Amino acid sequence: MSARLVRLVALLLVVVATATACSRKKPPVARPTPPPPSAGPVGGAAPPPPPAPLPEPEPPVASVPVEPAISGTSVDYNARSLDELNRESPLQPVFYGYDSADVAGDMQAALTKNAEILRQYPSWVVTIEGHCDVRGTAEYNLTLGERRAQSARAYLISLGIPAERLKTVSYGAEFPFDPGTTEEAYAKNRRAHFVVTSK
Amino acid sequence: MTTAPRLLLSAALGALASTVLVLAAPQARPLPASQQPAAPQPPPPAGAPDAPAPQQPDQIGVSITLSGGAAPRLAVPSFIAATPDLKAAADTIGQVLREDLRFEREYDLIPRASYAPITPATSMETVPFGQWKELGANAVLIGTVRQNASSLTVQARLFDIATQRSVWAKEYTASSSNPRQFAHTIADELHKEQRSLVGVARTKLAFASDRDGEQARGTVEQRSIKEIYIADYDGEGQRRVTVNRSLAINPSWSADGRAIAYTSYRRGYPDIYVSYIYQGKMDQPAGGTEVIHNFLPAFSPDGARIAFMTNRDGNMEIYSVNRDGTGLRRVTRHPGNDSTPTWSPAGNQIAFTSDRTGSPQIYIVDADGLGQPRRITSESWADRATWSPAPYNEIAYAGRNGPGFDIKIFSPEQGQIRTITDSTGSNESPSWAPNGRHLAFASTRAGRTQIFTIARDGQDLRQVTKAGNNVQPSWSR
Repeated sequence: MSARLVRLVALLLVVVATATACSRKKPPVARPTPPPPSAGPVGGAAPPPPPAPLPEPEPPVASVPVEPAISGTSVDYNARSLDELNRESPLQPVFYGYDSADVAGDMQAALTKNAEILRQYPSWVVTIEGHCDVRGTAEYNLTLGERRAQSARAYLISLGIPAERLKTVSYGAEFPFDPGTTEEAYAKNRRAHFVVTSK
Repeated sequence: MTTAPRLLLSAALGALASTVLVLAAPQARPLPASQQPAAPQPPPPAGAPDAPAPQQPDQIGVSITLSGGAAPRLAVPSFIAATPDLKAAADTIGQVLREDLRFEREYDLIPRASYAPITPATSMETVPFGQWKELGANAVLIGTVRQNASSLTVQARLFDIATQRSVWAKEYTASSSNPRQFAHTIADELHKEQRSLVGVARTKLAFASDRDGEQARGTVEQRSIKEIYIADYDGEGQRRVTVNRSLAINPSWSADGRAIAYTSYRRGYPDIYVSYIYQGKMDQPAGGTEVIHNFLPAFSPDGARIAFMTNRDGNMEIYSVNRDGTGLRRVTRHPGNDSTPTWSPAGNQIAFTSDRTGSPQIYIVDADGLGQPRRITSESWADRATWSPAPYNEIAYAGRNGPGFDIKIFSPEQGQIRTITDSTGSNESPSWAPNGRHLAFASTRAGRTQIFTIARDGQDLRQVTKAGNNVQPSWSR
């Protein structure tokens, strides 16, 4: 075997190892991710245009140490009851800036991941709940919650998820996830929250 | 009659399946022929379970007025109990009557504390006019209470101190279950006949509250729901009228005080429900589905139609519909979001909130949806307009003021805006009293969100609720 061939085989091995590691990555974390730093108030009444689909995430570079592969741990969410499923939901919430229904750049990744899961479980029907912090008026927050749920839904549709699998409901500021009155609590409450309603 | 409402109420509270609590229906209140006014009689008082009927009118038709229009100085001592066991009822009637009269500020009420040196009257014939005159009173309103089988008979007289003559007198017989209702009726009729004022003593407030600490069903998170409650205008007699076991918000009284429209999520999506609270009947006129969501109902002044917000066109728009679900009409058409409608007193216009220029602002449009909406506010955030009846014709709303909101009033005639709350806490969701002299609103000024009332000039702030969080008041007509 020539040295050149040895190098080629070694390279192939690295690529295969990398691909294996990718496919066996741990399932998405169920806990809500911390919200992004809040964006400033955003004016403009027109609903945000449906965002363009993102390119697939770049594969990790070969220099990153390969995670030890764990065998046989892939989770079958369909084996769980709806309540169990929603208690440790694989679908991540989307957080919004103050008085905004725009899906910020760092939140597009969460929706992309949610789209992957919805493709993986094609029978799931999901309700996207729009929530607000308490700082606006209670009445107008019903509108803002609707816009948030709709913008998250539009993004998922743009990623190819069938519209009929995605319902929405606005709860305004009626059901805060954190009852606090700090900016941190407010940020947690400005969200689109995903609930699997049938599977 | 004494126990029936309570029994019905607790029976309905116990029945989880029922959604509307059945309350005792208000009795019709026939007026003697001699008193029939030329104008149509106002609707029966909202939810008054036993409004006393006036009997044996003894009206002389003299009003106590002072030159220059100053408020007459009035004393209202405790009513005279025919027997000792009626003393509590007689005291209550006097005390509630003082509060009702103070609320409208048509009379300058002499403080109760200064009555101490006055010899209490033992009958209408022994009113110590000389002593009341020394106290500076222009008039004294006093009455008697006597038992009449299971009911009470209450007589009220307004005496002119200068002439020592009775210038106004009424007698009422009704159930003894709620003496306050005698006082409220006397206050309203005295205001009407002596001051040409439509009083609000028999009106009610509806609001949403989480006071019972119930949780939404079918969710993995702990979610505190709200249900619809009602109370007398002064906060007495608070009771729950819905059992949705899900979120119920945005109540709006019908003109006749017999129905409340509100937003409920009881089927999993928000839709408009109309609860006939004295019949236990419920309608769902806006045609909601899993996809079509309806919110924020507002009864028209004649009670025939309901304006509401809906997502059926892909964004929020205002529609109106007859209360039986017929005659659906689109009112706004704009890619922005139009929300929180309220009717003009004549029912020909609708004010609403729109974010069409960015932040939420108040607009006015013809109720038929034709014509261009006109913007009336320039706040950083304005919402929940409420339109006062004649003669004021003003529009109140919540306007952002620093971190919270204040209640502001727009006067179309002068084109001016004034602020009537003082930036303590956040003040939201105003609703006019039917005579346009007061507003109810929700405020965080006392910690949790509570219902308050305030006069249209910003005076006379009163807290109406205390238990739990209480939001989005609607003042009955």
